Amino acid sequence: MEEIAFLRDERGEIYPTIENFYKFCGMGKLMAVRCSRCGRLILPPRPMCPECYSTDLGWVQLSGRGRLETYSEVYVPPKNFASKSPYVIGIVRLVEGVALPGQIVVDRGEKAEVGMELSVDFESAPAEGWPQWPRYFFRPVDRK
Amino acid sequence: MSGRALAAIISAGLSKFGKLEGLYSREIFLSAAKEAFDRCPNLNPKKDIKSLFIGQMSESSEHQGHTGALIADWLGLNPTPSVRLESACASSGAALRAGIQAIMSGLVETVMVGGVEKLTHLSTSDATEYLALSSDNFLEQWHGFTFPALFALIARAHMHKYKTREEQLAAVAVKNHKNGSKNPKAHIQKEITIEQALNSRIIASPLRLFDCSLISDGASCLILTRPELAKRYTDEPVYIVGTGQASDTIGLYEREDLTSLNSIALAAREAYRMADVGPDDLDVVEVHDCFTIAEIVSYEMLGLCGKGEGGTFIESGQTEIDGKIPVNTSGGLKSKGHPVGATGTAQVYEIYLQLTGQAGKRQVEGAEIGLTQNLGGHGSTSIVHIFKRNI
Repeated sequence: MEEIAFLRDERGEIYPTIENFYKFCGMGKLMAVRCSRCGRLILPPRPMCPECYSTDLGWVQLSGRGRLETYSEVYVPPKNFASKSPYVIGIVRLVEGVALPGQIVVDRGEKAEVGMELSVDFESAPAEGWPQWPRYFFRPVDRK
Repeated sequence: MSGRALAAIISAGLSKFGKLEGLYSREIFLSAAKEAFDRCPNLNPKKDIKSLFIGQMSESSEHQGHTGALIADWLGLNPTPSVRLESACASSGAALRAGIQAIMSGLVETVMVGGVEKLTHLSTSDATEYLALSSDNFLEQWHGFTFPALFALIARAHMHKYKTREEQLAAVAVKNHKNGSKNPKAHIQKEITIEQALNSRIIASPLRLFDCSLISDGASCLILTRPELAKRYTDEPVYIVGTGQASDTIGLYEREDLTSLNSIALAAREAYRMADVGPDDLDVVEVHDCFTIAEIVSYEMLGLCGKGEGGTFIESGQTEIDGKIPVNTSGGLKSKGHPVGATGTAQVYEIYLQLTGQAGKRQVEGAEIGLTQNLGGHGSTSIVHIFKRNI
């Protein structure tokens, strides 16, 4: 695999930024950060804990498993998503307790359902435009 | 300070809402301002107005920035200080709050607040992208979340938890179109049937076309002064007795309860406390029905009904013009239209008309106390104001 250039802080640690979060997605890893002072799990990562203002934060890998809390099938998409329409989006509550929004990829004829078990997967990065970040998405567990 | 007047509205103006072809923000704002000036002959705008606060979501749709200065110039009010405020769809609600704060600070006596937006020259997909700017770009927009889709997520969660039904969502649209048919400035002045609403095409399930507010052009404005000076300008001022604002997460996914819009409840609590008013005291209310589900959740957050009861509350008819607590007599964002930057003070314009007995065919008899609830994004900003006819 090609070496991924992460933005790093003065100590050489991978900086807790959104872009680094997506760079991890490019490596097939769903990552959050945990605050070393108050223990809060922060997703997406932020450079400062919103709870205790500590900047002492460490990366942790998430299981990528969770349940669908709510969803919608989008028929009027933004321009960049026109070719995918209709597609399903939703909010996934991960087993670690934090939640992520994302696309829910279901088979033709298969229905999304509140409460369904999902696991994360990753797309490759788009070749043009900004930002060039690989997207994560979710699919039903039993299909993997 | 409970129950005390914070500021007084001495005049108000509203442009026609709709597809205003060939007219852009500066010109649209002038028609709202002209009405406000004509309504208040004792006001000398050049001499009396000491500051301008103008809400507008984005300058990018017209490739024109510096809206504060632009509006002051086109109103012939140079060198009066003027700024643009942005809080997504709550931009002019924020402008109103800034005006109140300026007056209460003692720095100025009389100000103009308002808002404007030009949207209908954009394609649907451009307008969709533009409105989505108020959500989390890197987590929501990046994954194809549109604004209707975000409110669809709230609707789905509400339907799942409280058994809210599509017919109840549609009932909001039917009511607001009925009210809008009585409003000569509304974008669409036409009644609709529940069947029409339920058979309209899906935008983002479970929300259909008739669950969505309109993409409109329009402007609104208010002239505010210190309460004790109001009678100098008019015999019929309306007093602002409560203001509340709250912020919530920029991403919907970070909220614990997806069936609530907690910022509304927090803003309302602050405004109710300041005004010494409760939900049972209200005679007329304008809520931010950007989507039908938003009106249902607003009922609950404002305490007009209990949590989870919004669906049965709309069906009870209590929020009709002749009901116990009329909501969105103007037609709301659904029928009057939603030029986003103009919406906050346009809601106040309706309450001003209602409390001064000028609401024509949609007049609520004897309305004394009113409330407006203005939402920015999917509730990342909420602004609530409370108004009284008499102090």
